[in-house]
Amino acid sequence: MNRYPAWKYILIGVALAFGLVYTLPNFFPEVPAVQVSSSKASVKVDNTLLATIEDALKAANIAYRGAELDPLGVKVRLNDTDTQLKAKDVLQAKLGDNYIVALNLLSASPHWLASIGALPMYLGLDLRGGVHFLLQVDMKGALDKAADRYTTDIRSLMREKKVVYSGIGRESSNVVLRFKDDAERTRARNEIEKAFPDLLVREQDAAGAESRLVAGLKPEAQKRIQDGAVQQNITILRNRVNELGVAEPIIQQQGGDRVVVQLPGVQDTARAKDILGRTATLEIRMVNDDPGAQESARTGSVPFGNDLLTDRNGEPLLVRRQVVLTGDRINDAQSGFDQRTNEPAVHVNLDGTGARIFKEVTRENVGKRMAIVLVEKGKAEVITAPVIREEIGGGRVQISGKMNTREANDIALLMRAGALAAPMEIVEERTVGPSLGKENIEKGFDSVMYGFIVLAAFICVYYALMGVISTMALVVNLLLLVAVLSVLQATLTLPGMAAIALTLGIAIDANVLINERIREELRWGATPHAAIQAGYERAWGTILDSNVTTMIAGIALLAFGSGPVRGFAVVHVLGILTSMFSAVFVSRGIVALIYGNRKKLDRISVGQVWKPTAGTAAGAPAQVKGDSPALASAKAPAISNKSATVPAKP
Amino acid sequence: MEFFRISRDIPFMRHALVFNIVSLVTFIAAVVFLAVNGLNLGVDFRGGTVIEVTYGHAVDFTRVRNAIDKLNLGEFSAQSFGSSDTALIRLPLKEGVSSAQLSERVMGALKADDPSASQRRVEFVGPQVGKELYENGALALLLVSIGIVIYLALRFEWRFAVAAIVANLHDVIIILGFFALFQWEFSLPVLAAVLAVLGYSVNESVVIADRIRENFRKMRKATVTHVIDSAITRTLSRTIITHGSTLLMVLSIFFFGGETLHHFSLALAIGICFGIYSSALVMAALVMWLGVSREDLVKPERKGITGEKVLP
Repeated sequence: MNRYPAWKYILIGVALAFGLVYTLPNFFPEVPAVQVSSSKASVKVDNTLLATIEDALKAANIAYRGAELDPLGVKVRLNDTDTQLKAKDVLQAKLGDNYIVALNLLSASPHWLASIGALPMYLGLDLRGGVHFLLQVDMKGALDKAADRYTTDIRSLMREKKVVYSGIGRESSNVVLRFKDDAERTRARNEIEKAFPDLLVREQDAAGAESRLVAGLKPEAQKRIQDGAVQQNITILRNRVNELGVAEPIIQQQGGDRVVVQLPGVQDTARAKDILGRTATLEIRMVNDDPGAQESARTGSVPFGNDLLTDRNGEPLLVRRQVVLTGDRINDAQSGFDQRTNEPAVHVNLDGTGARIFKEVTRENVGKRMAIVLVEKGKAEVITAPVIREEIGGGRVQISGKMNTREANDIALLMRAGALAAPMEIVEERTVGPSLGKENIEKGFDSVMYGFIVLAAFICVYYALMGVISTMALVVNLLLLVAVLSVLQATLTLPGMAAIALTLGIAIDANVLINERIREELRWGATPHAAIQAGYERAWGTILDSNVTTMIAGIALLAFGSGPVRGFAVVHVLGILTSMFSAVFVSRGIVALIYGNRKKLDRISVGQVWKPTAGTAAGAPAQVKGDSPALASAKAPAISNKSATVPAKP
Repeated sequence: MEFFRISRDIPFMRHALVFNIVSLVTFIAAVVFLAVNGLNLGVDFRGGTVIEVTYGHAVDFTRVRNAIDKLNLGEFSAQSFGSSDTALIRLPLKEGVSSAQLSERVMGALKADDPSASQRRVEFVGPQVGKELYENGALALLLVSIGIVIYLALRFEWRFAVAAIVANLHDVIIILGFFALFQWEFSLPVLAAVLAVLGYSVNESVVIADRIRENFRKMRKATVTHVIDSAITRTLSRTIITHGSTLLMVLSIFFFGGETLHHFSLALAIGICFGIYSSALVMAALVMWLGVSREDLVKPERKGITGEKVLP
């Protein structure tokens, strides 16, 4: 009667197996590890690196539990934190600046689990400790910079086309040109519109009989520039975070103008803030090619007013200390190709002042070399040192020759890194110390465990065997919830752990509804089989309705919540889904397994079913057990209620 | 074991007016507390900096205050958090002071004063972010309410939808009233708890509404009042057991979850208690007064009957 088709059992079996396998990694402890990843796009992480690492560790006599290669880098598991620190130092010294060597904790779960994607739950910063920053990009700054760039471009365009104008300048984020002659203005307008399709040009007559031309960015171009600014800042942040040696940093855009930076496990927050907020400076200086000076520098005495710097290949280069231009005169640097030779090149765009200085310097130094120097952390490095071929006016500079596309990209990136595309400001910070994280895990775990034990004990006593079944369903629910959270790698936070506890409390509702219904059916005289049937069927509609409303609240939280609220909402929503499956599907399966095959079922162990006897008032009820076969089959037990009729049996 | 041995339907609706007056008085009291005291908004919504500092011994607050006073940061508060050796320092937003370095300056001063001071947690929220979190919270509350009204109106009838949302929003106001009265800190997790309560106690209203609909089908001759009384009486056992179970878990969070989840679990506990009251006694009464009738709910069954008649 209450038999369950085989496919449903198979489904439950599959769900259980899934739950067990994917929950399993959470039970393994974490072991200290060292993670090596590449700090540059051009440096590949491959098996040779793995071999190098293993050799270095063996050479230094450091025992390790195994090294593996995955898309993120090479991970080496170690026995304790002391050897972890030693291994980090050894590897950093061996591998140099091209690789990031970070400390990490890895699950000790066996390899086959990881290979099927079974990973431990992803813990949020409040559980593992670390830093969360929300940075706001100053968009006004980005637009102003763009306007500066256009001012330079328009000035050189006017010169090229021989348009006569009386002045040019930036006002807010617009470029304003002034003219004495309306005909020239019209000509200028046509030229600008032709050359720069991103600009919206308007004619404007100022009060003093002066005709003006106002060029502003079109909205879609503004958006593109803002997106570009955020992207560029993210790239720069990523480079800087690499320096911190964080194993799993998260750097993401949030909304239109914000960047989230999460650094799990970082302890020294002051240093993190310092590095994130630092601006690298770019300087253009002249190379001292005088053979005598170079010779004396090589022998150790650097001539006065010069610095001996190294370029990216480690070659020494004697550079004059006097700075020709600084990075803030550079509006943009992009990699591309030389239009004539089709060689990879870097196109640099200078602002008005920069262009004027650059023109003078290049006129006087044709044939000599100039060095582009990046100063970061007080350490200067020559990015490139091109030869000046001709006088360069107009602020548009091209650096080409002796580089491939990747190098051109790197140089452009480094030059841009010299100045952030737009200033950034920390608008939110959340820092959690590691000891607090551990404590939070314990607290969250305790709230789930103790609550669950008391709840399970109560339900088992109150509903007898049906209560045990309900508890089993609840365990399955917990198992599935943890498994789903592990598979999705959803971030688990402390409010998320509270949501697990809350979910269990709410999930029991479905089983209480079912059990109460079964008791009620028995009270009105249904046979045990019919009572189970009716209990599950009637309760289902109610369970569905009540879960949908809880779900609406959960989804709204997910959509509008941030940080801790989102952590709560994710678990809440997933918990509702798993509880509907386990409370109805799984518990019914177990019931069918226990009672389904018995043709003559005369009792269900659902705890005591109290029945009002005919004519008794609420005062002294005769207690009749629901398992009495005589009464269970009795028709329409009398009830003291006048109008209530016996509910129709299904 | 069976706790609820009720042989008669309890005439809840006879006292509907009393329940609603009790409810109205609590509601007005909550609104008054909200208006007079206002919510003690946490750093999440108001912006500012919170620093949790732990010492190797019980905190000497005079020394802590003196050390911070020297920095001239303006108003601030320092109080114990969780245990006696932990201090929570709150600094409001201040123009001109770079927020990112604020926590470091404070920690520097505290460490200079007492080397055993160590930073456990820092939270800084800028004014813009705080405002957005506040607005998003309000928007979420509004959308949850609209979503629930639409769902209940489709699934049941508009009277149930209106009654349920009135009853449950009144729970929300009462929770907020408690927070205003005791000046408990209203933070993001508390907001999450409030929204969860809204979804959760509507669930209670749904169970009762479901029973009312079922009773209308079965108890053909009964009056509306009787149908509602019977629905509440018969779901009473389930209501108490379910909410008791949920409350059990919430209390477990309250006792074991630590200081961070303290107000979160408190909001849930208050919400659950008032959720029972409002769903059973306020929602049902409102439905009755809005004039629900058998015809509003049992239409689908009539169609079934006519369908049967067509068949030979």
